[in-house]
Amino acid sequence: MWRYFTPAAAFLVLGALFAYALVRIQNGTMDPREIKSPLIGKPAPTFVLPTVADKTVNFDSSTLRGKPYVVNVWGTWCPSCRDEHPALLVIARRAGIPFIGIDWKDDRALAQQYLGQLGNPYTETVADDEGRIAIDWGVYGAPETFLVGADGNVLVKYAGALTEAVWAEKFAPFISGGG
Amino acid sequence: MRRLSTLVALVGLVFALSLPAGAIDTQAAFPDPALQSRYEHLTNELRCLVCQNQTIADSNASLAGDLRREVREMIARGDSDEQIKSFLTARYGDFVLYDPPLSARTLLLWAAPGLLVLLTVGVVVRTVMRRSQQPIDDDESEESA
Repeated sequence: MWRYFTPAAAFLVLGALFAYALVRIQNGTMDPREIKSPLIGKPAPTFVLPTVADKTVNFDSSTLRGKPYVVNVWGTWCPSCRDEHPALLVIARRAGIPFIGIDWKDDRALAQQYLGQLGNPYTETVADDEGRIAIDWGVYGAPETFLVGADGNVLVKYAGALTEAVWAEKFAPFISGGG
Repeated sequence: MRRLSTLVALVGLVFALSLPAGAIDTQAAFPDPALQSRYEHLTNELRCLVCQNQTIADSNASLAGDLRREVREMIARGDSDEQIKSFLTARYGDFVLYDPPLSARTLLLWAAPGLLVLLTVGVVVRTVMRRSQQPIDDDESEESA
């Protein structure tokens, strides 16, 4: 009896595990390539970068201190960013907190054109031409989205295209009143 | 015979020439061989986060290039290997290291091979013990029946 039951049970348990993972990967709540960020609960990296709109104007992230804000890393070269864009427009408008776009290793003119055509969800967009700030944030693929709390600590990181469902599940609970 | 040795020599030459092709860098990062060897050692044990099964030394992903630049600049600045590794783990976690440190989180990872060996030995011992208790039955006539 056991000789037949044990392999069958092992198969069923494994099968259930695979099915569970596949469903979660399918609906975007699990990413097998996800790397848990060591920044969670730690102070957000600060940066001073030129804006996409005008490279002679710098934006200093320390001006955001004291209120929650979102950092979204994107690029015009990134197809998932384009997929994410419509959702980002809706989320940013509803959330009512600053959305800072970090345009990662991109062409300024293309970025301006992209935001002009598709709409601009960002309160401010800065250009990280050399990719140094992206490394400070532990970015490994665009798009990536971070939520920084009023205390300046990173609360959430999400790698991959944001959707309203992902926002509602992972981000909104941290924002009082909004979301 | 002579042909064979020529062939062997040629094949050897091809292998010898293809070794440096593994690296993406076309030029040495440092003129100083000591610094260059540290650079090569480090970039070969740091994971490229984009193509997760490659090191930053043999990935041509844009991020790997940026991380190589970071390592190069830190070595040039005089940072130690430990400082460079902790710079990267502070940002990307232990996953960036191909040789993760032993900690509470990685304990299972490090213990797994030993546990598997123990489990295997246990199963083998149990099976052998049980079989040795069974009566020996090597009547050939029964087998052919």
